[in-house]
Amino acid sequence: MVIRNLIAYLSNHLLMASYNLSINGKTYKVEADPKMPLLWVIRELAGLHGTKYGCGMAQCGACTVHLNGNPVRSCTLPVSTAAKQTITTIEGLSPDNTHAVQKAWLTEQVPQCGYCQSGQIMAAAALLKRNPNPTDQDIDAAMAGNICRCGTYPRIRKAIKTAAQIMAKASN
Amino acid sequence: MQTTDKNLSRRNFIRLSGMTGAALTIGYAIPALANEAAEILTAQKATEEGIELTAWVSIDKTGKVTILNHRSEMGQGSFQTVPQMVAEELEVSLDNVSIAFAQGHPSKFGSQVTGGSSTVRGSYKALLQTGATAREMLIRAAAKKWDVNHNDCYAENGFVIHKSSGKKLGYGELVEEAAKITPPKDVKLKRREEYKIIGKSLPRQDNPGKVNGSAEFGLDVKIPGMLYAVIERNPRFKGKVIKFDDSATMKVPGVKKVVKTTAPVFAFEREGVAVIADSLWAAIEGRKVLKVEWDDARYANLNTEQLYARMKEDLKKHSLSQRTGGNANGVFERAEKNKIEAIYETPYEAHACMEPLTCTAHVQGDKVEVWGPIQGPDWIQRDISGRLKLDPENVKVNMTFLGGGFGRKAFMDYTYEPVLLSKEMNAPVQVVWTREDDMTQGPFRPGAVYECKGSLSDGGRIDSYIAKMAAQNMNHQWSPNPDKTAFNDSTIEGFPETYFETIPNYSFGDVPTESHIPVMWWRSVYSSTNAFAYESFMDELAIKAGKDPLEFRMNHFSNERYRWLAEKLRDVSGWGKKGKNEGYGVAITECFKSIVGEVVKVSKAVDGKLKIDKVWAVMDCGWYVNPDIIRAQVEGSIVMAYGAAAVHEIHFQDGKAVETNFHQYKMPRINEIPEIEVYIMENDEKPGGVGEPGLPPFAPALCNAIFDLTGKRIRKLPFNLNEV
Repeated sequence: MVIRNLIAYLSNHLLMASYNLSINGKTYKVEADPKMPLLWVIRELAGLHGTKYGCGMAQCGACTVHLNGNPVRSCTLPVSTAAKQTITTIEGLSPDNTHAVQKAWLTEQVPQCGYCQSGQIMAAAALLKRNPNPTDQDIDAAMAGNICRCGTYPRIRKAIKTAAQIMAKASN
Repeated sequence: MQTTDKNLSRRNFIRLSGMTGAALTIGYAIPALANEAAEILTAQKATEEGIELTAWVSIDKTGKVTILNHRSEMGQGSFQTVPQMVAEELEVSLDNVSIAFAQGHPSKFGSQVTGGSSTVRGSYKALLQTGATAREMLIRAAAKKWDVNHNDCYAENGFVIHKSSGKKLGYGELVEEAAKITPPKDVKLKRREEYKIIGKSLPRQDNPGKVNGSAEFGLDVKIPGMLYAVIERNPRFKGKVIKFDDSATMKVPGVKKVVKTTAPVFAFEREGVAVIADSLWAAIEGRKVLKVEWDDARYANLNTEQLYARMKEDLKKHSLSQRTGGNANGVFERAEKNKIEAIYETPYEAHACMEPLTCTAHVQGDKVEVWGPIQGPDWIQRDISGRLKLDPENVKVNMTFLGGGFGRKAFMDYTYEPVLLSKEMNAPVQVVWTREDDMTQGPFRPGAVYECKGSLSDGGRIDSYIAKMAAQNMNHQWSPNPDKTAFNDSTIEGFPETYFETIPNYSFGDVPTESHIPVMWWRSVYSSTNAFAYESFMDELAIKAGKDPLEFRMNHFSNERYRWLAEKLRDVSGWGKKGKNEGYGVAITECFKSIVGEVVKVSKAVDGKLKIDKVWAVMDCGWYVNPDIIRAQVEGSIVMAYGAAAVHEIHFQDGKAVETNFHQYKMPRINEIPEIEVYIMENDEKPGGVGEPGLPPFAPALCNAIFDLTGKRIRKLPFNLNEV
């Protein structure tokens, strides 16, 4: 019984597979267990450390990345489902802090410890992409999945509005 | 200002700079006695005399300035405030300054434990003095070169300027000469009105790296050849490993070894079984099939209800008195009317930093290097060198950014684990705590039950005030046989000092409650729970006296500092202008030498649901450095206080923590957070703490507001806003 369970477990979990992942416009060839969450692939195999581990069960949003432009929790997304899709991490938003959300985050001095902010920024960027002029309710709905223990929420709200203005100015 | 890519070894730092004469490096030696002024020395002199110098600031030949930050950065802003102070007196723009984290070294840096909101208030004098002394040495070096009187020269933005001729030399051109000058004593510090940097909301220099993912946290540390470990620790905290079965674990590809391990938690050794692998994923997967048998049955019979029943029972015992004045018990007993008493309860809490605990270590022979999110690097150095019997010089502790700290990362358990495992594996090892590990292992903020009693004089002033706390005493954990007759020295925390002058009879004390659950400081420590009891009770006394709660408090202020704060709070919040279906509550507390007052406004919507509309906070932290960082800290403190008041709690069942992750330990979310307005008092009082004092007044102010609106008094936290 134990052995049968073990075999079942191993075949489910530990068959390594090869993936070509498109992250931030670059192709990463990785060997990974298909069940391995995308988060660990991004951090440990692609070596991009900006995406953070917070809970491992899609509760806190620290691991938020974009999959084809949509915000997803990479900590619960098996790498097998992310293959052949376009992945964007915080590093891909802009490395030089020129994205409107990053600019706004600096203008409003949002980060304290900063650990959750990659996820907050990715969630905010996705919100503004589909809704360039969000109301407070829109912000609540889009951002309630991201926890900040330092309590930067009032500044996140402000910064999203500032980012909307920056984007509006840029498109005029 | 930029971060240097790695921590500078202080010894190398001096060798590179002061020793070669290529730079001016000065700092201060920690005085033998705490009340002595720090002596400021050049690196050259310190080396000659064998004095351990604290290298605060160094200027190289190109004029580039490096300042070491001796405190950790966990969000509270030391990364910005420490250089902001030095640069002010040094007369340099922060653009020309890079900053490095100092390594843990108590004999050089003094206390580095970032706790008690102490970074600015503990070291501002020495920091200002160091910057000013370097500036004066540069001025004297220039005067010597020009052969003019140094009093005719001044420094500005990295240059020394001769007043009459307008001649100018950059700091870089002066460092060689300046390094030869004996640091002058009694250098004049700037007056407040001369400040260019201090008092300004300059943007935090750590933030650019925190919005593009490049800031390095503990989990981002990668050392060549590093192995990963996750540890199955006893869920009942103190049980020992009887045996473990790693047969399935060892079959997981990548798993290298499974080994019993240990770590110090106060006076006991916490046992665990570590799964060490060449990847984090393999370690996590290997642990899932690990079986551990624990000797912990005797800890199984414990749950939350029992703990609180025990605390309530303890309240019947005689309290260990911390501070008394007059005859509080006698006056209270004799009072025939106008007296009240109440019991308040506060929950156990997890720190729940967004970055779960982690630490990396590499042991090579008699040398140890540690990297991690660390609040107390000097403690870590002492702990590791003591346990391994090494010269402290051989233990290097490197601080990364901390993904939150709140007290939890000022501890030595998670830092010792990788040291033992690195020794075992003869390779660098990173120990990663899962969220579940982080949340269920504690040490937790201790739950507490308070009994408050008070009586009023005929004029409606407080005649007697008695506060008695039953809670685990954090201090008792440090020894296997603690002195249980020693009072808890924190029962007065949070209570404004002024009340001791105006309340004629008072008594503060505790009864230590026994439990095996590890507990420790949590943001604002005992103030975080004391304040709920004391400031709720203050409100109850005001109501009993038939007075306006804010006016009632003001009647008990003995000096203007408190009164001005209360007046400011009244003015900004529109206190007393209550509309229909609205309630206002106030609380004023004192914590780590700062006074904070908060007003919360609540209202009832048409659907009958209670809503927190707005919070006004007034912070008096005396002399301050960066107002925007202060506002951010108060905002964050209020959000964290809201969580512990109305959102989350750690329960225990069968001797284990019940909540394992954020699906059970719910956190405040953006949609629950009201508008927060923060004001800072302007005065020249000594600097007080900033990172924590904004937390204590929120819970009582909220509950006082709910009483104002509904007449319902909340005496037990957390409570559900939707059920009020």
